[in-house]
Amino acid sequence: MKRGHDIRPSAWYALPLILFFGCFAVLPLGLVGYLSFTDYDPLLSPVFNGTDNWQRLLDDEEAWDALRRTIFVAVGSWLLQTPLALLIGVWAAGQQRNRALLSALFFLPLLLSTAAVALLWNRFVDFNFGVTPSLPLVGDVNFLGDQELVLYTVVWVIAWQYVPFHTLLYQGAARAIPKVLYEAATMDGASRVQQFFRVTLPQLRYTMVTSTIMILVGSLTTFDTVLILTNGGPGTASRIAPLHMYITGFRGFEAGYASTIAVLLVVLGALLSFAVVRLTGYRSMSSQQEGL
Amino acid sequence: MRGMVRNRRLSRVVAGLTGIGLAAALAACGGDSGASDGTVRLWALEDGIVNEVQQASIDRFNEGDRDAEVELQTYGNDPYKERLRTALGSGNPPDIFFNWGGGNLKEYVDAGEVRDLSGLFEDNPDFRDSFIPSVLEVATLDGTAYGVPMRGTQPVVLYYNKAVFEDAGVEPPQTWDDLLSLVETFSGEGITPIALAGTQAWTELMWIEYILDRLAGPEVFQAIRDGDASAWGDPAMVEALTMLRELIDAGGFGDAFQSVDYDAGGASAILARGDAAMHLMGTWEYTNQLSESPEFVEGGDLGWVPFPTIEGGSGDPSNVVGNPANMYSISADSGNAEVGEDYLLEQMASEEYVDELIEIGDVPVVVGIEDKLAETANAEHATWVYDLVLNAQSFQLSWDQDLPSDQATRMLEQLTAVFLGDQTPEGVRRGDVRSVAGRHPIG
Repeated sequence: MKRGHDIRPSAWYALPLILFFGCFAVLPLGLVGYLSFTDYDPLLSPVFNGTDNWQRLLDDEEAWDALRRTIFVAVGSWLLQTPLALLIGVWAAGQQRNRALLSALFFLPLLLSTAAVALLWNRFVDFNFGVTPSLPLVGDVNFLGDQELVLYTVVWVIAWQYVPFHTLLYQGAARAIPKVLYEAATMDGASRVQQFFRVTLPQLRYTMVTSTIMILVGSLTTFDTVLILTNGGPGTASRIAPLHMYITGFRGFEAGYASTIAVLLVVLGALLSFAVVRLTGYRSMSSQQEGL
Repeated sequence: MRGMVRNRRLSRVVAGLTGIGLAAALAACGGDSGASDGTVRLWALEDGIVNEVQQASIDRFNEGDRDAEVELQTYGNDPYKERLRTALGSGNPPDIFFNWGGGNLKEYVDAGEVRDLSGLFEDNPDFRDSFIPSVLEVATLDGTAYGVPMRGTQPVVLYYNKAVFEDAGVEPPQTWDDLLSLVETFSGEGITPIALAGTQAWTELMWIEYILDRLAGPEVFQAIRDGDASAWGDPAMVEALTMLRELIDAGGFGDAFQSVDYDAGGASAILARGDAAMHLMGTWEYTNQLSESPEFVEGGDLGWVPFPTIEGGSGDPSNVVGNPANMYSISADSGNAEVGEDYLLEQMASEEYVDELIEIGDVPVVVGIEDKLAETANAEHATWVYDLVLNAQSFQLSWDQDLPSDQATRMLEQLTAVFLGDQTPEGVRRGDVRSVAGRHPIG
């Protein structure tokens, strides 16, 4: 009897995963990579055109503007979502009165589809028919029609949709923090605030990394919310890179060039998550609970 | 131990089954089984009331003894364009497909995907002559016919709120100067002079289409469409864009048009509520208002006039822009092309089909239906639209349908930039939008 064989599952067990991943991730990625070097109108066959698309990308200011907007959305989403999700998550992990009811309410947006969320906010802030024009303070603000403001609106709506999800991550992680740490901290005379910064926050470090990667990489692929909320407008003021890719590919039918933008986004997404993992020491996975 | 073995075996079975399931799923996603010979697949846009009319004509046709039965499949607007293009390109096309004619159809024709229907029209002169000639032109490319009109005509006209005009004691505009002075009048009263659904660039496009046509006739745009991108810098084009810019700067569209939407009913509701005085829109606006604000239409407050003339302009004031008609074309690879042709020949100009179109508020592009239109509930609007189209010297298809898709998307980007003040009339040709957008020469 080969002992190792009994303990470790056969490599065949990975087959479904490999097949699935290969068919729905690697294969399409390879095809997109190929198409990025072609002139491809879905009506005709792809024609290899060398690096034409890539040169066009270098000169395409709209693409770079779209990328800048994407980075704005990514950074803005992180800055807005992380503190909100962290605070609500830690709160929801506690044992307060009404916690269950309020948590359920907080998680409500998680149950709505992206399209529903985008439509809801689109109607809510509509400058002619929405609710905000009749509210004090924000009555004169055209949230979707002001070129300077529209990206902030986008960041807000994305946050509204995804904060509950990240809250869930933090809530789970906060519950897993051993109670003895807080007991010890209390013995040492740490206040609630000090406990949060000295115990909770360090213990949530890896959760924060996970959540950060999800927010940053997610921003590189978000487009349905923006498509429905603003359609990239006014003008192109909220046309983020994935939307630019979609419009190029499915309205202008330049699928080759759209693939080039897609490849750029894939590379950026990979680099970004790699960088976050590296900078935060996530890979070493060193224990945060030594001595327990 | 036995339990473990059994577990492992079970896991293997599960893994195997999952694998088989995946393989099956892959095979399934590999491709449509394609049309069987007994079916003529007809693809069209999803549109509840129109689909009923289409289905009724199909049912009538299928009652006869045929080699194949027609089957209707419908899709939403954007998905339809994507799907049709891919289907035509991948050699698995529908037999009959809905389209807008013009440059949009030309792309498919150039790719060799559309059947030449000249024979159908030549062999059946009565059938050909039953359609308004200028409308047939939309699907005729280099003298070859590729499409049969399948829906009513939808020119763009200037709708206005009669009550708002009466309160201000003014008349609807006949000239561009009238329009500018009306803008001043209404602005002074705190009413948005012209409703504009600025989130959707095609609504802005209607303005430049008409201004250019009134200024210089349809030729300038046709030069662009035929491949001369330098015509974007034509003096008439620059002048037209400058006039449009003046209208925007004068507050013609108010200051919140960038966030008004058409599909969700925003612009139409603003007009019906009397918050705006005018609205330039395709004639589907009438049907729209009728269903969304019936009291506004039935109370007689919805008025309509042709687009104003421009002093000194060389374009014929009878010219119209918009959608001359939607078309059915047959794909070149269709296995049932003859049955498809029979269907179009038998049904598209048939009395039943035309009657049903009129009933749902359409204005069919068939000749000699004045009396029928005059009997309908919406006779006033329908006969007016019919005469407008019948008497039009030229009927220019909407530019975004008449240009290849990639040029059309860039043109719309440039145009929204002009409306937002990020692009100058001279800059449109160069495509160098300041600050917000990027650089895209349109041609």
